[in-house]
Amino acid sequence: MAVKPPPTPEIPVPVWRNFKDLQEWETLHQTRPEGDKHSAAFEAVTEGIHSFPGGFVLTTAADSFFNWARKSSVWPVTFGLACCAIEMMATFASRFDVERLGMVPWASPRHSDLMIVSGTVTIKMAPMLKRIYDQMPDPKWAVSMGSCSNSGGPFRHGYFVVKGVDRVIPVDVYVPGCPPPPESLLNGLLLLQDQISHFHRTGQRAAPSPKVD
Amino acid sequence: MTSEHATTLIGERFGSAQVENGPPLTVTLPVDAWLPFAQFAKDELRCRYFSFLTAVDWKDQGLDVVLKIDNVDDNLSLIVKTRLEPGVSSCPSLTPLYRGANWMEREAYDMFGIVFEGHPDLRRILLTDDWEGHPLLKSYAVDTPHPPYR
Repeated sequence: MAVKPPPTPEIPVPVWRNFKDLQEWETLHQTRPEGDKHSAAFEAVTEGIHSFPGGFVLTTAADSFFNWARKSSVWPVTFGLACCAIEMMATFASRFDVERLGMVPWASPRHSDLMIVSGTVTIKMAPMLKRIYDQMPDPKWAVSMGSCSNSGGPFRHGYFVVKGVDRVIPVDVYVPGCPPPPESLLNGLLLLQDQISHFHRTGQRAAPSPKVD
Repeated sequence: MTSEHATTLIGERFGSAQVENGPPLTVTLPVDAWLPFAQFAKDELRCRYFSFLTAVDWKDQGLDVVLKIDNVDDNLSLIVKTRLEPGVSSCPSLTPLYRGANWMEREAYDMFGIVFEGHPDLRRILLTDDWEGHPLLKSYAVDTPHPPYR
């Protein structure tokens, strides 16, 4: 009697095999509508309450509460690109201690609200930067730290440099300096908190305020 | 192996080479003597340490390929140069001889567009594969657009 060969196990084809790489999968599954807004349902409900007589008191109060919560726990993703990252680390460390502002440097974009672009953005790095920014959940903010990420800085005419990180992601606060000392960055982060406290009810970014801009 | 001994050896073997006394000893060669000279320098002059390979763009006068190899035991350094005439962009590869030449030649290809004949894996090494042009050439415009980033 011939021995029956064991059945060949069928390994299911992974879903993402149809895609060229993980990035393509992410674009397909994680694209979000233009601008960073809340969901349409949430927006409709708040709009309804807001248009109800006297309802704006409730919504603005809720807004202030949410914005207070948002600005009190801005978690920056630890994303260092160049020498500015040294100053950024100094800002995170005990002497300047951003944790008293509720900022916890977090090593995952999935849990972060803020990206501090600290250093020169090269053309080769720009897609990765965009990808990390896209992985952060809304609402999210970006601080451009130093001359290089503001405008390209001393490397502006280099063949490899992105002339300002605002060509890749939207930027909320620009911190000048080469590199900016921790005091400058801290000032930028405080300005960002001020901007967040003006965060609009629909989740859009605040209009330029005379105090900040 | 002193510098003088090396100079006489080079003069005997390569009549077409111009030697400037060093240190480091500078040898200028025609392109067709590039690979034989490297073989000779490795075997006879015992220059086993591959220091670097790069290129210089002299605009209308062509490109210089510059190589530095060292004999670490006898404290002898050689700078070897060859001139690629304008329009010529191919040069023999030293990778079969020196493994250290592999990435250096890829970088010279990346930045200057020099095609090293006989290189096993001549791809761009620093820039992305879809990059257009060779940025360290003088003819490469400073603000060449690279959408969407510049």
